[in-house]
Amino acid sequence: MKEWTDLALDTARAKGATYADIRIVHRRVQQVSVRNGAVDLLAEHETVGFGVRVVADGAWGFSSSSRLTREEVQRVAAEAVAIAQASATVGKEPVDLGPPEVHVDTYRTPFEIDPFGVSLEEKLALLLAADEAMRRVKGVRVARGNLVAQRERKTFASTEGSYIEQEITEVGGGIVAYAVDETEIQQRSYPNSFGRDQRTGGWEIVQAMDLPGNAERIASEAVALLTADPCPCEVTTLILGPTQLALQVHESCGHPTELDRVLGAEAAYAGTSFLTPDKLGAFRYGSPVVNLTADATVPGGLGTFGYDDEGVPAQRVPLVREGIFVGYLTSRETAVQLAKMRGEDPERARSGGAMRASGWNRIPLIRMTNINLEPGEWTFDDLIADTEHGIYMETNRSWSIDDKRLNFQFGTEIAYEIRHGRMVRLLKNAIYTGITPEFWGSCDAVCNVDHWRVWGTPNCGKGQPGQVAHVGHGVAPARFRNVQVGVMVN
Amino acid sequence: MLGEKRIRGIAERVLAASEADETEVVIFGLEERLTRFANNFIHQNVAETNVAAVVRVALGKRVGTATTNDLSDVGLERAVEQATAAARLSPEDPDYPGLPEPTPVEPVEAFDERTAAYTPADRARDVGAICRQAEAKGVTASGAFRTSVHEFAVANSHGLFAYHPTTIADLTTVVMADDSAGYAAGASWKVEEVDGVGLGAEAIERALRGRNPQPLEPGTYPVVLEAYAVADIVAFITQMAGAMLVSEGRSWMTGRQGERLMSPLISIWDDGRDPAGWPLPFDFEGMPRRRVDIVREGVVGEPVYDRRWARKEGKTSTGHALPLSNPLSPWLSGGAAGPLPLHPVMGAGEHAVEEMIASVSRGLYVTRFHYTRMVHPRDAVITGMTRDGTFLIEDGEITVPVKNLRFTQSYVEALASVEMVGRVLRRQRTGLGILRAPALKLSAFRFTGATTF
Ligand SMILES: [Zn+2]
Repeated sequence: MKEWTDLALDTARAKGATYADIRIVHRRVQQVSVRNGAVDLLAEHETVGFGVRVVADGAWGFSSSSRLTREEVQRVAAEAVAIAQASATVGKEPVDLGPPEVHVDTYRTPFEIDPFGVSLEEKLALLLAADEAMRRVKGVRVARGNLVAQRERKTFASTEGSYIEQEITEVGGGIVAYAVDETEIQQRSYPNSFGRDQRTGGWEIVQAMDLPGNAERIASEAVALLTADPCPCEVTTLILGPTQLALQVHESCGHPTELDRVLGAEAAYAGTSFLTPDKLGAFRYGSPVVNLTADATVPGGLGTFGYDDEGVPAQRVPLVREGIFVGYLTSRETAVQLAKMRGEDPERARSGGAMRASGWNRIPLIRMTNINLEPGEWTFDDLIADTEHGIYMETNRSWSIDDKRLNFQFGTEIAYEIRHGRMVRLLKNAIYTGITPEFWGSCDAVCNVDHWRVWGTPNCGKGQPGQVAHVGHGVAPARFRNVQVGVMVN
Repeated sequence: MLGEKRIRGIAERVLAASEADETEVVIFGLEERLTRFANNFIHQNVAETNVAAVVRVALGKRVGTATTNDLSDVGLERAVEQATAAARLSPEDPDYPGLPEPTPVEPVEAFDERTAAYTPADRARDVGAICRQAEAKGVTASGAFRTSVHEFAVANSHGLFAYHPTTIADLTTVVMADDSAGYAAGASWKVEEVDGVGLGAEAIERALRGRNPQPLEPGTYPVVLEAYAVADIVAFITQMAGAMLVSEGRSWMTGRQGERLMSPLISIWDDGRDPAGWPLPFDFEGMPRRRVDIVREGVVGEPVYDRRWARKEGKTSTGHALPLSNPLSPWLSGGAAGPLPLHPVMGAGEHAVEEMIASVSRGLYVTRFHYTRMVHPRDAVITGMTRDGTFLIEDGEITVPVKNLRFTQSYVEALASVEMVGRVLRRQRTGLGILRAPALKLSAFRFTGATTF
């Protein structure tokens, strides 16, 4: 690899780049999906290529190609510089990356059982067993199951002298049952919606899910939901189950703390953020039991790595401490911009290590790592028992939030009415809505470490051209007071 | 760009490497160049050169798939081996329709030399003009301008070969003032039809008019929806118009074909051959694309079919097969979505947007929807926010800008309440297609919440 990285960096420098980096990425993905007892897709995907990112004339350029040949590496490096020079004609402040980041290292995510060593037969048999169990439940119209194994090998090299090799292995899986009658459609997913939960690690992740063992339960829930009472429309106490809470953290904390977005880089697409720099260190984001952390080092997280895609080491960065907003997800460039804005020394500004690209053909953007709600004190049973009147909601079905990340509305697959400390009644078409700081301000209980685990969100979209990031969220169930639930007229 | 001859060469190498009963290869070639701007300057500027092949092999009715962008002999042979190994393990697929025999496809021209040759300097000039306009008005422009060359090819072991080279240009811009924003967007396979300066001026005007927005109580209002907002409705409605979703009971069309469900002013169809959109004359099985009427003057029409779903339901393919996997998209689907429309159109009417506004005594003018998601599929109940230019209409005139609202609304019911249809269709890019939609006036639209800006 070194001959290619040297060639790209030398070419970029010779063409006038003041900074350059190259990432060479090979990704292999194996996908098995079944639908109603038949194979939907049994596929191997392989993509390989390289991307060269440069600063020239004080502006950014990037080019990428799938052809790893001498001529193509030179052409792409030169094209990146020409693109940067075009950027500079509509430029502002020259790019300032702050102090250099020089690391020579290798990193790999650990696993117990190599997912590519497990036969396709075994994977298929597992999904078909779960599929059959779901379809044995009367009223299930469609059953689906899905397994994904991914291995990415990437090499990063920069003109500052970094040379980093990483190998990230991920495994994901999930099942979903759809029940349909004349007037209603209901779905139940396990262990998470959007087809799967996913983590870094090996086949042991799927073994622990026990998809066949949960198939009949979720299929029965989907059918029961067809005739369940609709979620009432009221202001009440809400307890969120783990995967819905993970998405709540994702949308209302993860995205608004992305500093590129805060500074306007995503204004034309996903939007901006209410967490403006004047609020840093002072704004009450949530109640004192709310502690949120970006942690790229947590074992098994889908947002876990050794170095980000501009070669900055993985870190643990506080975002909210005892309810106060204290930190952003940053890159090298935005860390410097923030320091300058706050009158701090830009020479000491360090990135929090959140720059991630979805592949060789994309530039790194500020992305979530594992955005975690730190565990609290409660056991789940005590939390329910302590709730006089409320609703428990779990597993996301729909999600929407405004372009500053304030007004959100989420729907879940399943809900239960809580009365006098007990879950008493199944509810369908549950929805809740709120304004981010009011909602987190109303959080009065978070469950303890025994209920805490990291969930994977393998479908986080951002950027133009589009990028899909794999990010993680560690959560334990939590309680929120005075929440508006039920918006849809049923 | 590889050109037909080299693409055919790749296809032949794949077919020659396979010993399966049937083999198919779909080839995607891409040269994508995108210039992104924010805060009145270019902050991201990227290029990608990529060619990938999706190989599908069948051993009888057992099917396997592999995708690669390593086009060396070794790379292609590995893909064929992997697909064959997968097919061997796969149980028989009773609905596998086999691969099609060669089917004539009338070509459609959609390649523009000027778009293909557009340089970073050309895009910087156009983007710079938007940024300077914005600066002169004291507002900040952001957006993205993309010019790309795509090559699509499908070949199979029965001798089918189809190839289509095409260009695409698309520009979106959001202009922000202190407490307001404006939006404009355009797309065409000819870059000369994407008027950057004009779109910039449109977004700037909206941002300036939107300053000092006032809060408004959520509730049900008559609305004038700009074509950008209508595009979202057309996208959701047509993304549920595939035969699989209809068959599974997961579409607003299920069980309602032939019923009048929407205003007689509403017609929606898919036409992959119309040069006014972004034509692609064949689907990803190599079948010719046919026009399908999804809604005909308010009456629910037909879903779109690929060969699998056509065979299951005794129909013929309408040329709407999707690729089993789209190697150029970062999304990795959880399995095939079934056939779907890529080239949706809502038919134009006869009204100007000004006439629609003039007909409203108290209602809202909405530029655009944001972050729309399905709440419930049966009636296509969607929630989302307004964004980038929402205004109160009083006595036939736009009076004050309003803070953004959340809606929770059945798009089917919304289209039942249409009273006027715009005479101009605007083009917006959606993945592999362009969607065309007019502005609409609706008698009722349900806003269920509000935000603070
Ligand atoms: Zn996201």
